[in-house]
Amino acid sequence: MMAIPVLKASALTKRFGDFVAVNGVSFEIRPGEILGLLGPNGAGKTTTIQMLLGLVTPTAGSIHMFGLDLSTHREEILQQVNFSSTYISMPQALTVEENLCVVARLYGISDRARRVNDIIKKLDMEEFRSKTTRKLSSGQMTRLTLAKAFLTEPRILFLDEPTASLDPDIAEKIRLLLKEERQASGLSILYTSHNMREMEEMSDRIIFLQRGRIVAEGTAREIIDRFGKADLEEVFLKFAREQRQAS
Amino acid sequence: MKLHRITALLVRHLYLYRRSLPRIMEIFYWPFLDLVIWGFITLYLARYQSQVPGFVTFFLGALILWDMLFRSQQGITIAFLEELWARNLMNLFASPLKPSEFLTATMAMSVMKVTAVSIVMAGSALLFYSYNILIIGAWLMPFVLNLVITGWIIGVFTTSLIMRFGQEAEVLAWSMVFLFQPISCVFYPLEVLPTWLQVIAWANPAAHIFEGMRTVLSAGASPLGNLAWAVCLNGVFLVMVVAWFYRTVAYCKEHGLLVRVGE
Repeated sequence: MMAIPVLKASALTKRFGDFVAVNGVSFEIRPGEILGLLGPNGAGKTTTIQMLLGLVTPTAGSIHMFGLDLSTHREEILQQVNFSSTYISMPQALTVEENLCVVARLYGISDRARRVNDIIKKLDMEEFRSKTTRKLSSGQMTRLTLAKAFLTEPRILFLDEPTASLDPDIAEKIRLLLKEERQASGLSILYTSHNMREMEEMSDRIIFLQRGRIVAEGTAREIIDRFGKADLEEVFLKFAREQRQAS
Repeated sequence: MKLHRITALLVRHLYLYRRSLPRIMEIFYWPFLDLVIWGFITLYLARYQSQVPGFVTFFLGALILWDMLFRSQQGITIAFLEELWARNLMNLFASPLKPSEFLTATMAMSVMKVTAVSIVMAGSALLFYSYNILIIGAWLMPFVLNLVITGWIIGVFTTSLIMRFGQEAEVLAWSMVFLFQPISCVFYPLEVLPTWLQVIAWANPAAHIFEGMRTVLSAGASPLGNLAWAVCLNGVFLVMVVAWFYRTVAYCKEHGLLVRVGE
């Protein structure tokens, strides 16, 4: 029997004036599943994630998480969801530890000090825990936003290029951690990356977006075979070039 | 509304101020400078009291009260700008934080700023000019509370504009409040305004507070009428401006501005 999805997006559409950023996108994420969201720049990945986080209101369609409608149960849903992106930051004048303490308060986490300590250890952040955020390298900053995302023990995690600025060793450690968390807590993850090998390694299923529409869906192997390509990178290049030509 | 989310934002700002001398200086620098300049103007005018009307003695009280309004507005707007500058808006608005909790936290922050500034200003006025703000008596507290609420109204309105129009509207954080100064009748009575401007000033809660202050100091009379007007106007405008803020958040989410404003 199929598990009930933790996330269900139905006919999700977002228009900005005449421009259609996301066009009737429907997908599900099952408990403990890692769903890869792929597509060239401008395909609608970020807008989709922003709608799932309640930052952008869809023009049409619906989003349900844990069986609840995001438009009417925002608070309950977002309490169980978190995200990390290379494109966000955190207050620069606060130390790493202070930033995490603020997040812990924001989500009403009890035993804050212990939880912050645990996550700092887990992500190997002890050497820079007292550094102000403005002094962090981009790799350290990425780890901080990941720590912020893990700290609240979410049931769904949205990760927008989580390993983009990390060195291969730390990136490998993060991937391992994500797999462990998924194994241990049944964490579901929506994952975007421009690293195709990483997508193949991490994702149970992949959705390809092109000009706001889903153009392919399945496991990495299924997608590669369907388009008769050697690997996921070739499939990506095919869609990226088509999109560029169309625009 | 959840207290832990409100305190999260408060703690976030207190962390910031604990370590940032420029930010602490910013709270005290301008009020102190205002007080010094206007204090000496007051002394000068007092020395030539025979040629100048007696109300010059109101100046210091008016200045201190005006600064409370100004800091109250700044408390709201600067708290929002801090999030915008830190590119932290996405983290906040993608959390369970509600707009009402965001506003409550910024209002609490503004009360802290006003309290700190009031102590410094009142203490300095006493030290430098032997001016005791407490001569306003029991009316002082309701006056201050109403000015703080007027500051919130201007602050929430300004914040909504910055959220809607982005960082280019940032300058409003410092300039908007001064648009209200002429019709707040801070340093002169309402009757000196042209008749058409008096009508507008009557709709400004702050004007009633400053009129009330002059009534207490000059005649020792009860400013209850002024206070009632200020309370009613503040109540109406606060409801309107909070509704406007909610509308702006919804508009920004619809047009993807909430994400872009923080980038």
